[in-house]
Amino acid sequence: MSQGKRRFRGGEIPTSSMADIAFLLLIFFLVTTTIDMDKGLGMVLPAEGEEIEINKKNILNCLINSSGSVLIGGEGVEVRNLSKTVRQKLAENDKLVISVKAHKAATYRDYVAVIDQLKRANATRISIAESN
Amino acid sequence: MKIKRKTQLDSEIPTASMPDIIFMLLIFFMVTTVLREYSGLPISLPKAKRIEKLKSKRHTAHIWVSKDGLISIEDKLYASDGIRHVMYEKRVADPQLVISLKADERAKMGLVSDIHTELRKADALKLNYSSKTAID
Repeated sequence: MSQGKRRFRGGEIPTSSMADIAFLLLIFFLVTTTIDMDKGLGMVLPAEGEEIEINKKNILNCLINSSGSVLIGGEGVEVRNLSKTVRQKLAENDKLVISVKAHKAATYRDYVAVIDQLKRANATRISIAESN
Repeated sequence: MKIKRKTQLDSEIPTASMPDIIFMLLIFFMVTTVLREYSGLPISLPKAKRIEKLKSKRHTAHIWVSKDGLISIEDKLYASDGIRHVMYEKRVADPQLVISLKADERAKMGLVSDIHTELRKADALKLNYSSKTAID
């Protein structure tokens, strides 16, 4: 039994929904692309050979030892309370330069924690002494 | 005397070119999104609170420092005294360069200090300690 030729229907692709499909694709890409911005603590290093003499009383030494303990101005301080101490000292002397010196074996985590605390205390003059 | 409108304008927005416009947008977004260029080293970043965003990706150079003391720039390993030349060239090419230091939180400060010295020698002074946002 032969079925015969089917009747030819208009062979056109419907394009009315094309815009919607393209929109969906666009939205998919917009949602999935994560613009992961790099974030971090900003710091400007001093230029080479730009050593300035600073009055001794305007320097606040901040030392980090290998186990992560912090000594500021000769007193041991918990890292959590560092910003409070520094803020007090800055209130007493606004010309204060904080010199951060870390032990060679100190971890980067402790160093970043200290820098973060100093930034929280709104200390703008931070100097990084070479660790030795 | 009443003025009669002479022509009856067909007031329909043509939608035939809509898919093309949207495809153009799509292609624009696909082209402009920068995928991660370098894989770097496996690191766990330290956490900090007072963080700032880096302004532009185009003016950023990354230095990866792993916990074992490996230094990687653009997926090449360097000794700490080799950074100077690479960074100097980058600095000359782009005066607005910001260095993003992606160091592992367990990295030793001796090494980070060496990198500081090298960057100062290369005159790449704008540094950013890459870190995650701390929640407390």
